[in-house]
Amino acid sequence: MMQEIRFHGRGGQGTVMASIALAKAFFKAGYYVQTFPVFGSERRGAPVEAYLRLDKKKILVRSNVYTPDHVVVQDYRLLQTIDVTKGLKPGGWILINSPGLPDDMDNFSGYRLACVDAARIALKHNLGTRTQPIINTAMMGAFARMLGAPPIDTIAEAINNEIPVKQQQNIEAAKDAYEEVQLYGMVDSLQTEGTAQSKHIKNPEKVNLTQVEPQLRRVAS
Amino acid sequence: MKKVIEGSHAVSEAVRLARVKVLSAYPITPQTHIVESLSEYCADGSMDARFMCVESEHSAMASVIGAASGGVRTFTASSSHGLALMHELLHWASGARLPIVMAEVNRALGPGWNLWMDQTDSLAQRDTGWIQLYCEDGQEVLDTTIQAYRLAEMVNLPVMVVLDAFFLSHTYEPVNVPDQEQVDRFLPSYVPRIQLDTANPCALNQMAPPPVYMEMRHSTQMAMEQVPRLFKQVEDEFFSIFGRAYGPVETVLCEDAEIVMILTGTAASTCRQVISDLRSKGEKVGLLKLKMFRPFPTELIRKILEPIQKVAVVDRNFSFGASGIFAQEIRAALCNYPEHPPVFGYITGLGGRDVTPEILEDIYWRTRNNATPKAESQWVGLDQEIVES
Repeated sequence: MMQEIRFHGRGGQGTVMASIALAKAFFKAGYYVQTFPVFGSERRGAPVEAYLRLDKKKILVRSNVYTPDHVVVQDYRLLQTIDVTKGLKPGGWILINSPGLPDDMDNFSGYRLACVDAARIALKHNLGTRTQPIINTAMMGAFARMLGAPPIDTIAEAINNEIPVKQQQNIEAAKDAYEEVQLYGMVDSLQTEGTAQSKHIKNPEKVNLTQVEPQLRRVAS
Repeated sequence: MKKVIEGSHAVSEAVRLARVKVLSAYPITPQTHIVESLSEYCADGSMDARFMCVESEHSAMASVIGAASGGVRTFTASSSHGLALMHELLHWASGARLPIVMAEVNRALGPGWNLWMDQTDSLAQRDTGWIQLYCEDGQEVLDTTIQAYRLAEMVNLPVMVVLDAFFLSHTYEPVNVPDQEQVDRFLPSYVPRIQLDTANPCALNQMAPPPVYMEMRHSTQMAMEQVPRLFKQVEDEFFSIFGRAYGPVETVLCEDAEIVMILTGTAASTCRQVISDLRSKGEKVGLLKLKMFRPFPTELIRKILEPIQKVAVVDRNFSFGASGIFAQEIRAALCNYPEHPPVFGYITGLGGRDVTPEILEDIYWRTRNNATPKAESQWVGLDQEIVES
């Protein structure tokens, strides 16, 4: 079955570059791939989108992606202005670059959630600055863990071939994110202290990741 | 070797493999990635060619006309307003019978300012005497660009390789990039029939008064009429080396079809999926993908469409005051047949508007559920709120 992934990012975050590098990694792992950015008036800091299609056979459809299987959000602040769940298929993963569970999880019911502190990981490996960390390679690592494909070695190889600078640091960031990504699974089963009755989380308190139940942190995809 | 590359880079790889000697271009979105990578190849020495940065598209075409007259293989690329600015010199290139190859990335013309997919730019150059080949995916873009040089040099006519903005130019997908040795076997060095030569001075393309001009134009048409036969020869040779061929038109499940949908470019690819889905519901529908627009493969199309009950043409272009341009050409090809099928014309996907599988299915059902076309063209996917405001 064809899988469609939508990436939400900001101009300058390397969203398009990450979707291309991921496509190349999936291709190496035996998939047919198709990826392209939504081209508008891109500029640094403005929201951007890119699509990735994966299949085991040739992909014929060449229109935009409207009902993605999964979405990747490169910056949790985008949740304030963009409905990242638009068209998302039930049960689909939402991978967010966020230091913890984000505040804006309206409409997340029926989806699976994964979070990774890609900014912290990027800075640990000297990628970018505090105000503008280069998080795209960490997000690639987290993505590979979330979907169970492609293998992290293939991700490392794609980073080596595609990323023009600091390849080793970027590979380390991807590997760290692969290990550290929190796979919460179905949002509806996610319970925070004091809201055990509530199935759907609305504006939860910031949750310290270490306090989340271990079984929620490692939900198999 | 199979690599994941962008549609634009499928063009650049082909141009490098074709050992082009002179490149000249002016950047314009969405064509820029093509000449950007070619300028890199020239700078890093992986391509032994002269790259000319010029101040306009008019000069880009003028300089490749000059270089081609000097007897070397040339390339340029453009889009939209850039192509429109070349218009005068497009006539010159074909009139002078120069085998120039150009990549043209389909983009809408302003106003309103629009960077996105629309075929009206290349179709507005219909009557300039260029061969026009429309491509569907990255592989076809690469293959067609290499084939274009063989064809152009056999028939002494310029070739426009046309690809969709973004849906093809900026899309990464697996493309088999052939070896240089294979391409050299298919495409030997260019040997010009005539060329400017300081050792043998002459002047080309001087005044052609009424007693000769008409004959010159007739000879260009004679050359155009050779193209379907020569293109087949080129494709057969290409197939024997690379194992791939496309044809001036391609049919999918047309043999027992009641309705045939006619598309070009990436929308033809999406339609393959739609045809397959509709077939699984028992609908007798086929696809005719139109690759060669000039010369128009009239005979082939007549033969394919003659036994069909209804034809649906999808145009991502429009001729104001008339209809979709591909639909016009299909109607013209059929009109001298007494028993030809009705041609339903649909306009959609202008200015980058997406052509989704749902839109193509809608077009199929509109054709299926009506005995005759309601109008010359039906616009599909219009936002009625904007239309009525």
